[in-house]
Amino acid sequence: MTSKDLFEETFTALSANKARAGLTMLGIVIGIASVIALVAIGNGAQASIQSSIQSLGSNLLIVTPGATKNVGGFGASAGRGSSHTLTIADANAISAQVSGITAVAQEISSRYQVTAKGTNTNTTVDGVSPEYATVRDVTVTDGTFFSSEQVQSLSKVAVIGPTTMTDLFGADAVAADVIGQQIRINGIVFTIIGVTQAKGGTGFTNSDDMVYIPVATAARYLAGGEYLTTVDIQAQSADAMTQVQTDTTNLLLQRHQISDPTQADFSILNQASIVATASSVTGTFTLLLGAVAGISLLVGGIGIMNMMLTSVTERTREIGLRKAIGANQKDISNQFLLESLVLTVIGGTVGILLGVLIAFLTTATGLLAASVSLGSIALAFGVSAAIGVIFGWYPARRAARMNPIDALRYE
Amino acid sequence: MIEVTDISKIYSTGETETRALDHVSFKINTGEFVAIMGPSGSGKSTLMHILGCLDTPTSGTYVLDGEDVSTLSDDELADVRKRNIGFVFQAFNLLPRTTVLRNVMLPLMYANIPEAEREERAKKSLKAAGLDESRYEHKSNQLSGGQIQRVAIARALVNDPALILADEPTGNLDSKTTEIVLDTFSRLNEEHGRTIILITHEEDVALYAKRIIRVRDGHIESDDSTHTRRKIHHMAEAAPTLA
Repeated sequence: MTSKDLFEETFTALSANKARAGLTMLGIVIGIASVIALVAIGNGAQASIQSSIQSLGSNLLIVTPGATKNVGGFGASAGRGSSHTLTIADANAISAQVSGITAVAQEISSRYQVTAKGTNTNTTVDGVSPEYATVRDVTVTDGTFFSSEQVQSLSKVAVIGPTTMTDLFGADAVAADVIGQQIRINGIVFTIIGVTQAKGGTGFTNSDDMVYIPVATAARYLAGGEYLTTVDIQAQSADAMTQVQTDTTNLLLQRHQISDPTQADFSILNQASIVATASSVTGTFTLLLGAVAGISLLVGGIGIMNMMLTSVTERTREIGLRKAIGANQKDISNQFLLESLVLTVIGGTVGILLGVLIAFLTTATGLLAASVSLGSIALAFGVSAAIGVIFGWYPARRAARMNPIDALRYE
Repeated sequence: MIEVTDISKIYSTGETETRALDHVSFKINTGEFVAIMGPSGSGKSTLMHILGCLDTPTSGTYVLDGEDVSTLSDDELADVRKRNIGFVFQAFNLLPRTTVLRNVMLPLMYANIPEAEREERAKKSLKAAGLDESRYEHKSNQLSGGQIQRVAIARALVNDPALILADEPTGNLDSKTTEIVLDTFSRLNEEHGRTIILITHEEDVALYAKRIIRVRDGHIESDDSTHTRRKIHHMAEAAPTLA
């Protein structure tokens, strides 16, 4: 029996029962398509989360103060980041003494009522040092960011985000017209000198709904003290991050006169570890989606086996005849194996196309940038072929081992 | 060329043993046309299965065309069937929704005959079986009973087997088609020198053969080459009108 004969026999057998073959194939199509599409969506979600973490800036270490502790008292902790343990002096010391640093940005963040010409909004007002623009990737489209001179001279100038701009000056406000206008933050008048570029509202806080003012001004007029809410450190490279984190920790422990590192009154968030955590979370999520899709693939495989068993029973007499005229066990077994293999391979191919289409539509509709990996296509193809062999094996073996005498007499 | 020596077949279901064939021996020479007769339960089906290499005897030897086939494995038996035996069944057993030609070519596929040769051989044996050429591309379910059985005969011939084994080939046919099919067997035997074994329980059908082996209760009751002659002569006269 040549392989051409085998394919011809398979084609004849499958086309004799097109509806049944088609429906059985549908099980595999749905299984494979959902594996491809869901894994692509999972990967897309992972990439999207990573890019929003990266949009914070690159090679970033974020130092925040620890919780206010009532030493020896009973009172409740006010929560991490609330204590006044991180000062401008600390930030300057880090900048001066820790090596491998590109920039250190100081930040005093709080929410205030901001008013302009009768409109008002409640937004985050960030007192920052000029380095913040570099460290956090803040770009000013119109006007300028403030300089270190303006920080030192306690200038009352502000750079606002595009969302804050439309909130205060109306939806059709143009950045160029807004510059030079005055706004009141907590009743104090500031002059707008710049508008930042939209970053998109992703991430932990909306970086487009922001007002940036010089850190010294914020400390003097708004916060009432030189206590920072955040110090952002940009390391020179990803490799240097661990060293910078260790050195910064040691420096701050020493400055705060704390000997036990577990009692530290500050914490340092490493961007790399945030990315790693997020990756592992989305990786688990992708795996979960894949597993659910895998179950539907398994059900599809059982459908194949069911169809093949029905087909073997229906064609018992045919099998008997084939054996009587000289087909050996391998001939019969190959014929039925190829039938299930053809079903799953065609089903798998259609499923891959459908899965890619779903991923494409997800991307095209702007829901999520789903990314189909070549690996998942190869895997899906391999899996569908394997299903054909695994779930076709038992029916094929049953057919091959039939006794020709009983098979010929089968009613 | 068929030499059956002392074969027995015992089926055991649990504690009970059924002896379907009990020490049976006979010879059939090349070119013979033999009918094996017997009532149901006589052991004639078992004998047919063993002669057709579909089954092996419990004891005894069966030599087909010089080869002892009594102890072969399943796949080895399949190989012997492919080379030496052509079957014609009561239920025809053609592949449905498949053309006449493809049905006849089926044994050639398993025998690894090159594709180019298959159609030619199939047409040759269809001609020998007496099927009109206009039917070759018909699907098997578009044919009458007599035509179907002739396709089945052509399929049995196509491998050029040493032995054609027909198991109640007329059981599902009316008397007119029965005659046509049996005449076809006679002609194949007379004109092409084919060895034919016909298994039947009908006296009229058996009379077409030149030799009748009667089986009862697992034994050979009689082996008779004399009482069929009249029919054969009648056949020879009728033959020219067949084409």
